[in-house]
Amino acid sequence: MVASLYSPEQESPLLLVYLEQDQGQLEGVSLELLAKGRELVDDMNRHRGAGDWQLAGLLLGEGARSQAETAIAHGADRVYLAEHPLLGYFTIEAFCHVSYQVIMQARPGIFLLGATPNGRDMAGRLAVRLRTGLNADCTGLQVEQENGLLVSEVSGFGGGVLAMIQMRQHRPQMATVRPGVFAAHEPDSFRSGEIVTVEAALNPEMIHTHLVERVIGQGVDLRKVPVLVAGGRGMHGDFAVLHKLADLVGGDVGATRPPVDEGHIERERQIGQTGVVCSPKIAVCCGISGAFHFVVGIEKAGTVIAINSDPQATIFEAADYCIVGDAHQVIPALIEELEKRGRPASVRGSSSGNAVQEKAYA
Amino acid sequence: MPELRSVVCVKVVPKPEEVRVDPQTNLLDRLNARSEINPPDMNALEMALGLKDRYGGSIYLLSMGPVACEPYLRTGLAMGCEHIYLLSDRAFAGADTLATTYTLAQAIRKLGGADLVFCGEESSDGATGQVPSGLAEWLGIAQLTLLSQVEVDLERRRARGRREIKGGFEMLEVPLPCVVSVKTAANEPRFMDYRIKDWAFEARVEGKPGRVTVWNASDLQADPDCIGLNGSPTWVSGLGQAPSRLRKHIFLQGSQAEIASRLADLIQEDL
Repeated sequence: MVASLYSPEQESPLLLVYLEQDQGQLEGVSLELLAKGRELVDDMNRHRGAGDWQLAGLLLGEGARSQAETAIAHGADRVYLAEHPLLGYFTIEAFCHVSYQVIMQARPGIFLLGATPNGRDMAGRLAVRLRTGLNADCTGLQVEQENGLLVSEVSGFGGGVLAMIQMRQHRPQMATVRPGVFAAHEPDSFRSGEIVTVEAALNPEMIHTHLVERVIGQGVDLRKVPVLVAGGRGMHGDFAVLHKLADLVGGDVGATRPPVDEGHIERERQIGQTGVVCSPKIAVCCGISGAFHFVVGIEKAGTVIAINSDPQATIFEAADYCIVGDAHQVIPALIEELEKRGRPASVRGSSSGNAVQEKAYA
Repeated sequence: MPELRSVVCVKVVPKPEEVRVDPQTNLLDRLNARSEINPPDMNALEMALGLKDRYGGSIYLLSMGPVACEPYLRTGLAMGCEHIYLLSDRAFAGADTLATTYTLAQAIRKLGGADLVFCGEESSDGATGQVPSGLAEWLGIAQLTLLSQVEVDLERRRARGRREIKGGFEMLEVPLPCVVSVKTAANEPRFMDYRIKDWAFEARVEGKPGRVTVWNASDLQADPDCIGLNGSPTWVSGLGQAPSRLRKHIFLQGSQAEIASRLADLIQEDL
């Protein structure tokens, strides 16, 4: 077996988290990883009876010092901060080069990244460059008490199968982690930590990727909506009523693949194996037959309500509350009922919430 | 005008809905599941075929797996690929991302390289999504990931692609050669061409070259320390069926108004 560039004997007791930032904001998954990393490091130190393991962040950018302080408030003991004009926007070449530089200097035992588009791209390259293993898109992390090895939980086959993965002889132990599986801590502005400035050894010739244009609009992110109102073929393209319900309960609208393919709704709203996997408190499935490819996208929902006119529809096997009926009638009746009651407190203040509320209670 | 040379990496996977963990052995029961080309890889193949329609050239379909994968790969021939290569050797078995990307990179070098190396976004079985950039690193070339569209300028030897990211997109340009990963569902893969389908699936005649070229580890001059289980730093220490969530399956009965009221209660309780 080919050895990694440094061995377990040469590692530092350091858990390094890649801090992804965009326009002055740390990504949610980076804060989640700091919280989980803090827990793992504290566990290891407790078990070893020593305080030698530390949690560090790796932050690359231009003018990113305030995010380094944010990372410390979220649990980091140390942040490696590289600031350089060529780190002003993401290019795979510059970001991998500087990350590699820091990793070879700091020799972390564990290196975690968020499984975002950029995090995945970096992890794939860096694992090869470091000749180490990579556990991808993990849904759980723990440390084996007896030997301090990282155990990563990954899911395959659309979430149907779970595997525990680890590596013994290669360092760093790398993993990318799916956003949303861990909870971030509240920041503690009294925490103190060290910011280590890194001189990024970059020149323009290293960078082959040219960013021509970047357009970020009003993005839809269904992964964390509290209420998902999803429609399938049985909606016959009528998503307006679902949007109305979603607005009323502070949620958003998703869909199965057929309405997306038929152009009734944007592709970014597709739920399931080839779309978004979301974890709402409530999922309302309207006119959805319940194909496997869709159901994996709502498996993490707290409560599933399904409305379908076919009593044999397989969606009912994946639902807590089942209504045999036409969603075109059930949903408007539900909207009417909710409007009659007024909005729940949790969505008060959004859009025209206050006015409606007052009217309802008057 | 130079012609475009593309490699498309695909994986033959069991259909996800048919794979189960054997409760006795705790191993994946793949044998009883039917297989297919990983659906996201079909989007990669379609993007490569689309470029060939515009710029000409040839497409090499490349896969790693047991010889039993061969019939599934022939679909690629019937869709318009020129060549199919299957990397098959017991020594390749058990490969993780590091060993897989090494092996694919060796094969691409042996093919004489390519202008564009296409991959799907991720596989439905492993879903690591980490092969494209690992492959680009082994080959020492640029990468464009999560593309919904691509175009090339063969004179200037550059590729430009639209990368789909959260809430928007980036237009990126890189020099050729490069690795391209294609956003799942970015396009609609074409049907097989029925004029060549019979030819593509014709049984192999003994003593004649087959439709699919099979390469083993020594064909690739692969370093035995870099392939298969031996070249894989990671190992699976446990396996299990994900606990499927127990749902209540309560059927709500009553008038429309009663059902609406009950649903409103449920939603307001949970929020």
